[in-house]
Amino acid sequence: MEALLRELEQASGGAARVMESRAAEIYAKAPLAAIPEIAQALLGVPGARIVAVFAEDRVEPEGVFYNYYVFERTGVEPYLIVRAAIPAADPRFPSLSASLPALNWQEREIQDWFGLEAEGHPNPRRVALHDNWPDVHPLRKDFDLRAKLDAFEGERHTYRPTLGEGVFQIPVGPVHAGIIEPGHFNFAVAGEPILYLQLRMFYTHKGTEKLFESFPVSKCVFLAESVSGDSAFSHATAFSQAVERASGIEVPLRAEVMRTVLLELERIYNHIADIGAMAMDVGFVIANAHAGRIREMVLEVNEELTGSRLLRGMACIGGVRRDWSPAQIAALPAKLSRVEAEFRSMRELIRYSDSTRDRLESTGFLSPEKAAALGIVGVGGRASGVDLDVRRDHPYAAYRRFSLRIPSFSEGDVLRRMCVRTDEVYASIALICAAAGSIPAGPHRAAEVAVPPGRYALAAVEGWRGEILYWVRTGPNQTIERCKIKDPSLNNWPALVEAVQGNIIADFPVINKSFNLSYSGTDR
Amino acid sequence: MFKILEKTFRAGTVTKDYPDGAAVSPAYRGQPRFDFANWRDPRSTASVCPTGAIEVSDSGQLRTVTVDYGHCIFCGECAGAASGGAVTVTPRFELAATRRSDLRVTAEYTLDSSGAQGALLRGPAEIGAKLKREIHRVLGRSLAIREVDAGSCNGCELEIVALNNSLYDIERFGIQFVASPRHADMLLVTGPVTRNMELALRKTYAATPDPKLVVAVGTCGIGGGIFGVNYATCGGVDQVVPVDVYIPGCPPRPEALLYGILLAVGRLGA
Repeated sequence: MEALLRELEQASGGAARVMESRAAEIYAKAPLAAIPEIAQALLGVPGARIVAVFAEDRVEPEGVFYNYYVFERTGVEPYLIVRAAIPAADPRFPSLSASLPALNWQEREIQDWFGLEAEGHPNPRRVALHDNWPDVHPLRKDFDLRAKLDAFEGERHTYRPTLGEGVFQIPVGPVHAGIIEPGHFNFAVAGEPILYLQLRMFYTHKGTEKLFESFPVSKCVFLAESVSGDSAFSHATAFSQAVERASGIEVPLRAEVMRTVLLELERIYNHIADIGAMAMDVGFVIANAHAGRIREMVLEVNEELTGSRLLRGMACIGGVRRDWSPAQIAALPAKLSRVEAEFRSMRELIRYSDSTRDRLESTGFLSPEKAAALGIVGVGGRASGVDLDVRRDHPYAAYRRFSLRIPSFSEGDVLRRMCVRTDEVYASIALICAAAGSIPAGPHRAAEVAVPPGRYALAAVEGWRGEILYWVRTGPNQTIERCKIKDPSLNNWPALVEAVQGNIIADFPVINKSFNLSYSGTDR
Repeated sequence: MFKILEKTFRAGTVTKDYPDGAAVSPAYRGQPRFDFANWRDPRSTASVCPTGAIEVSDSGQLRTVTVDYGHCIFCGECAGAASGGAVTVTPRFELAATRRSDLRVTAEYTLDSSGAQGALLRGPAEIGAKLKREIHRVLGRSLAIREVDAGSCNGCELEIVALNNSLYDIERFGIQFVASPRHADMLLVTGPVTRNMELALRKTYAATPDPKLVVAVGTCGIGGGIFGVNYATCGGVDQVVPVDVYIPGCPPRPEALLYGILLAVGRLGA
């Protein structure tokens, strides 16, 4: 950590200053002009990564916008967050995307939502607002959440033309053939192989980050559950942790272990469904039928423990909303070992099916180099050699207390993304059983949760897709002043574009499913 | 091949018998039930509801309490200490209705001059009661559904996908999901309808041949849910296209979806 701070000091020519040093995060401030040098210096070391960049409107109290650059380094637990002020009168900041493609969408999001120009961005077109939107910047404080925008006219987005003899464009979406979320895919194909894929997301943009600023904190937890419905508990827990850290709320140990169990249940039910769906997308329907059935076994456990099949209504600030009886806890290991046995035999069916393996292996290849450059996290990252896992790197809940097996592959194909999920299902079941055997007595939520104004903190959760990031600043009267959400999908979508190139279009569904990214989590 | 068959036989039949047997786990958090006669302090209960599904309005000597299941996310907060035991959570999930207003229940109380709540004047009728409805003979036997996500969080989609698994197996009713609105009899629409999906929903509706049905799924589909109406959302499916059936839930469990779909095609034997 000391070395990191010295580097920061040197890179900025002494202009960067540490503002605050906490166990999980270190805040520094630096002049805007020094940011490119600082980023270059901090990232020039193996194991260094830029986690996120996001903005905040502080024009009314301080006359500036802030950009926050979040860095991490292997083996160093706290995140390093460098804050740079952008004067309201000169709303521009130097873009880093040309050398850090991982920030491509994030900087454009700041451009769209805050009206801060990312100077020198290689592709400064809109990403988070469609082209037919008026010139509004919803996350500025002077923009009204309930503003009624006129009917949109004109093109949403102009796709790059695809030219050449025998080259076709195939537009797909936003209403898809399957039961999935909306987005637009524009394929350029030459015969069967995909030459190029252009994406248009943000169809499900619901003004979520702005909404956080209008609700009391207690209600915000429910909003966090609705950011990405398959990650309801992970999102709500990440939000709760950010508020707890900001406010200094002590979470009882019992609640931390219960959270750990629930986070792993969320991972299991989603992974099992994905493995089945990937098998189905290459024609092995029977495996999916079993996966659907086994997933229901997990949803029954969810319902028994939380009253909700999808773990809703359980997260809260200061712990968990409902307690478990000793009988409920005691029943867990046996239920999960039945799930494990069923899952194992379903997985064997896929493993021994040569035709299935043939379709999965080497399909949708994402090289470790590209994965690292694009800032890929989670399952997609671990299948392409990006060995990141918040549970190990920045432990939260009760993860410090249990041993973790984190699978990692470097082959980067659909098969390995299935293998990461498979190994994680086994590891999560083992973890839940260990946790269930050691849930300490005591309260399941903090007796008092007061959220003082003007505090801020970052918290991350390793959702089943990957790193879910929340940064909050609290406001007066138990409110939230700013809530930044980064779903793992945001950075992983561009990886899909890379992974499909050269594959036949018939393999697109299985490649897409192998990442299974969240549209709602991306679009917010 | 032998392993595949063996696994299939070992798994046996797992399909649930809903709607013939309607049992769900008692742990399931479904409809909150209100004991209106003994509800002393609806105001403090209303204050803990995160979506404003409980509304209390006082005028003169009259207090009107409205519970809107269309706004309820079934979190169970109302059944906490604030209700003084007057609210209990039940596993009931058959809540779909053909009119938006059928999801609201209203009770009236007297108020004395100090503003204290007096006797219950008028209690509400049970909601979700099966409605006599002309059976759609055209759509009654087989039904093709096109699902449209108009900005949901994906929670409703997970439960809709579950209708196709072997436990709920919606095809046993002759109901199937189709890939195009042009092949569909029914649109099953989720989400608060984002401004970015508004046009897509209108076009999908226009592309669906008549006669057609529209079902609004989930709290967001019914009235925008926790997202409500804002710069990026329209606040529910019926703000954009006409809706035939509303299915409450956040998300509705698969049986609740089945109930709503069967209600829409008049196949509940009412």
